[in-house]
Amino acid sequence: MSVAHTGGACAVCYRAVARDRIPSMNVVVCVKQIPDPADPGSLDPQTKTLKRDGKLILDESDSYGVEMALQLVDTAGGGEVTLVSMAPNNEVSGLRTALAMGAAKAVLVSDDALAGTDALGTAKVLAKAIERAGDADLILAATESSDGYTGTVPEQIAELLNLPSVTFAKEIAIDGSTAKIQRQTEAGYDDVESPLPALVSVTAGVVEPRYPSFKGIMAAKSKPVDEVTLGDLGIDAGSVGWAGGGQEIVEVTAAEEREAGTIVEDDGEGFNKIVDYLAELKVI
Amino acid sequence: MSDYRAPVKDALFALRHFGSIEQLAQTERYAHADPETVASVLEEQGRFMQEVFGPTSVIGDQEGVTWTPDGVTVPEPFKAAYAKFVAAGWQGLNAETDFGGAGFPESVHSCALEFSTAANAALTMAPGLTTGAIELLQEWGSEEQKEVYLPKLVTGEWTGTMNLTEPQAGSDVGLSTTKAVPEGDGSYRITGTKIYISFGDHDMADNIIHLVLARLPDAPAGTKGISLFLVPKFLVNDDGSVGERNDVHCVSTEHKMGIHASPTCVMSYGDEGGAVGYLVGEEHRGMRAMFTMMNSARIAVGVQGAAIGDAAYQKALAYAQERRQGREIGGDAGGGSDGPAPIVAHPDVRRMLLFMRSHVEAMRALIIYNAAAIDLSRALDGDEAETWRETAELLTPVTKAWCTDVGMEVTSAAVQVFGGMGYIEEAGVSQHFRDMRIAPIYEGTNGIQAMDLVGRKLGMRMGGVVNDHLDRMRATVDELAGAGEELASIRSNLADAVEVLAGATDWIMANGLEDPRQALAGATPYLAMFGTVTGGWLMARQALGARADLDAGVDDADHLRAKVTTARFYAEQALPRAAGLVASVQAGASVLYEVGPDALASA
Ligand SMILES: Cc1cc2nc3c(=O)[nH]c(=O)nc-3n(C[C@H](O)[C@H](O)[C@H](O)COP(=O)(O)OP(=O)(O)OC[C@H]3O[C@@H](n4cnc5c(N)ncnc54)[C@H](O)[C@@H]3O)c2cc1C
Ligand SMILES: Cc1cc2nc3c(=O)[nH]c(=O)nc-3n(C[C@H](O)[C@H](O)[C@H](O)COP(=O)(O)OP(=O)(O)OC[C@H]3O[C@@H](n4cnc5c(N)ncnc54)[C@H](O)[C@@H]3O)c2cc1C
Repeated sequence: MSVAHTGGACAVCYRAVARDRIPSMNVVVCVKQIPDPADPGSLDPQTKTLKRDGKLILDESDSYGVEMALQLVDTAGGGEVTLVSMAPNNEVSGLRTALAMGAAKAVLVSDDALAGTDALGTAKVLAKAIERAGDADLILAATESSDGYTGTVPEQIAELLNLPSVTFAKEIAIDGSTAKIQRQTEAGYDDVESPLPALVSVTAGVVEPRYPSFKGIMAAKSKPVDEVTLGDLGIDAGSVGWAGGGQEIVEVTAAEEREAGTIVEDDGEGFNKIVDYLAELKVI
Repeated sequence: MSDYRAPVKDALFALRHFGSIEQLAQTERYAHADPETVASVLEEQGRFMQEVFGPTSVIGDQEGVTWTPDGVTVPEPFKAAYAKFVAAGWQGLNAETDFGGAGFPESVHSCALEFSTAANAALTMAPGLTTGAIELLQEWGSEEQKEVYLPKLVTGEWTGTMNLTEPQAGSDVGLSTTKAVPEGDGSYRITGTKIYISFGDHDMADNIIHLVLARLPDAPAGTKGISLFLVPKFLVNDDGSVGERNDVHCVSTEHKMGIHASPTCVMSYGDEGGAVGYLVGEEHRGMRAMFTMMNSARIAVGVQGAAIGDAAYQKALAYAQERRQGREIGGDAGGGSDGPAPIVAHPDVRRMLLFMRSHVEAMRALIIYNAAAIDLSRALDGDEAETWRETAELLTPVTKAWCTDVGMEVTSAAVQVFGGMGYIEEAGVSQHFRDMRIAPIYEGTNGIQAMDLVGRKLGMRMGGVVNDHLDRMRATVDELAGAGEELASIRSNLADAVEVLAGATDWIMANGLEDPRQALAGATPYLAMFGTVTGGWLMARQALGARADLDAGVDDADHLRAKVTTARFYAEQALPRAAGLVASVQAGASVLYEVGPDALASA
């Protein structure tokens, strides 16, 4: 299967289209900074949304994209990884982790008007931030975030930037100006090719993200983080936030308690019951 | 599975209030360790330990180590975790910058060591011993020795060991008989047997650098005749690569109560004629070299009390919220009206949890204060440096012994919170209790620490050093006078406890001079009292610090209010124990010697 390049004259596109071989790779990775899932979260009673005023950390989902990007740049023998993120309160803790892993720089969009932004609004903002980050051969995101998990932002960015979009990547190899991607499916994976630049979303768990080294942590302190507002990106505040999303959270109810599981006694044939059960769930 | 969470926020609080972190960052030596950098370093190191060391701890406990004639193997996941540790560069955190270290303060290192030990006590022994070896070579190694060995030790590619103990020479190192004979080419040949050598052999690193105490042919008897030698497992070629196998072998490993995956080795030197060794420092001055690293090594063992105690506490706290037994008497702990309440609702369980938490905090505070005293003695000069050096000397035996004894009490309480389940290995909490039990024994038994405190440290500057310490505590009592009703019980209990300690100190000094046996008879309860009161003093400062942070609008009010509460609990329930120890401190030796072992055996 091959995805046709729908490219036009967009800012991130022109370069790669013109070339066959890319001597170096510049990869942009979208990284979301989220409240630490290990901390007990709480809802803001007024907006009925998760409180995000504490410290944020790098979403684990995005650590795979960062790792993949670092490996691709390494393999290419040149280029760099740039992060883009949108987060409240100029939060950089999660970005610092990714910078300590080895990313070179970051663009951070932070603006009070972004409160309540939905997935499409987020995509609009990130698309502009990606353009600001400079020429990119490849843009990575996670398949879905750990906290919002609509799983829609990457594809929306691709549309806004007029880029080919490949989802569920488990492996990416670069061959000239083409990306060869193994795309995870229920049955295994598809081999997919896409011209560069492209936007690829990466499945969680497909690579082992490195831990920041001590040297990396120290180096991250002086890596540039370009902190920008909606104004800097030329985005109208009315097109994002609660207003832009046109949505409201009407009511929040507690999740139902989990039902007790089924216990299968193993009489030597226990595996059959498990197979039946999995078949019932259509897992196998 | 490991649910341990590194208490980074608590550590940063302690570094600010007890670790002089801001003052240290003002000095030339530690200018790079500003609070913000320290925070990002500890956050990532803590996460690394949670995620990489933590999950291997139970596996290590269950699998232990395997001895073969070719060497000792540790569990596979240990090798993988250690390789990541090396790749991330954590070994060099507190090593000097000349050979690749990061030159961070000991106080910061003690926090990192706490997270690492709590995540996996057995595995952490390896880097812990390497730290000791690095410190010895930094201080006493020749330029050549530093150049050959330090770079690889600092990265963790090679590990270090400490070889003091022999079958007939434990607490009494002076009895050691391992021999060193000069070979005439600047090297020595070492022969003898060392026992209980932690990580004496393993398969996580390319080379192991043994630091070995041995006697030269002309050596005087006792500790004055002991020299220190460096004996690599593999000799190092001129180009720095690992060469020929040296004549030192692990001939067996011990089966132990805890830290199962830390190989405790019988090491045989010179079965084939003599292991090649190199003198470190001067001949016959090996004990002096050992003493330079003893302060930090002893603090590192004290850290095990706070670390393993905290790991056990975290498990107990989680269990107490899940396990439902009994009806709640009055109050509301969120357990619902009907049905059994989570045991955290019961007063006795609350008491255990507060006991654990407040003592973990007190241990951490003492460790950081002691470690920072070493840092300040290195970073400042003149009288100030000297005062801090003395403080560190005075407190080190207390940190080692008190924190490990309290660590036992805390892990025991954690087992108790689990009830019957606590005694069942599956629950995981008993591993902490077993792992903890070695800490009061090694690196100088707690009995030896008490003798050091009473016999050597109290007499420093004719009692001036301990008096300065008492005065610093009295100054906090004065400070508390203006702190209002909420801290009133802290003030009065601390005031009483400090004077109890002052009185007991006077008694020890007066009677010890006349008859050392009188003082030594009460040395252990005296050290317990010293630790209890000093811990209470630091907890009082914690309350003041947390209140000041609250007033200043520092984030996280819940965390800070809990700190005031644990400080009150400690002042009201732990500090009064000091007075209860007076009788045993001052009992003297006569009753101990009234009857002999035969009479004690009569039944
Ligand atoms: C009620 C509400 C309030 C909000 N308040 C704010 C606010 O105050 N300030 C603010 O900045 N945002 C705010 N947001 C936006 C929010 O944080 C998410 O970015 C957005 O909703 C994306 O949805 P998702 O997580 O489901 O994306 P998914 O489609 O599940 O994400 C897939 C991938 O896209 C990328 N991605 C998604 N979001 C981001 C991001 N923010 N930065 C970088 N990469 C990203 C990541 O790689 C992610 O893994 C708010 C959203 C809601 C619903
Ligand atoms: C798991 C483990 C790891 C170890 N790792 C190392 C290592 O890496 N390197 C190393 O060199 N050693 C190591 N040791 C050895 C350890 O340091 C010694 O066991 C310890 O110093 C005590 O010595 P001992 O066992 O001979 O006890 P002993 O000295 O026989 O002591 C027995 C008891 O007598 C008391 N006692 C002894 N002398 C006196 C005295 N003068 N006054 C009052 N009381 C006294 C002690 O306090 C103790 O209660 C390790 C031991 C273990 C168990």
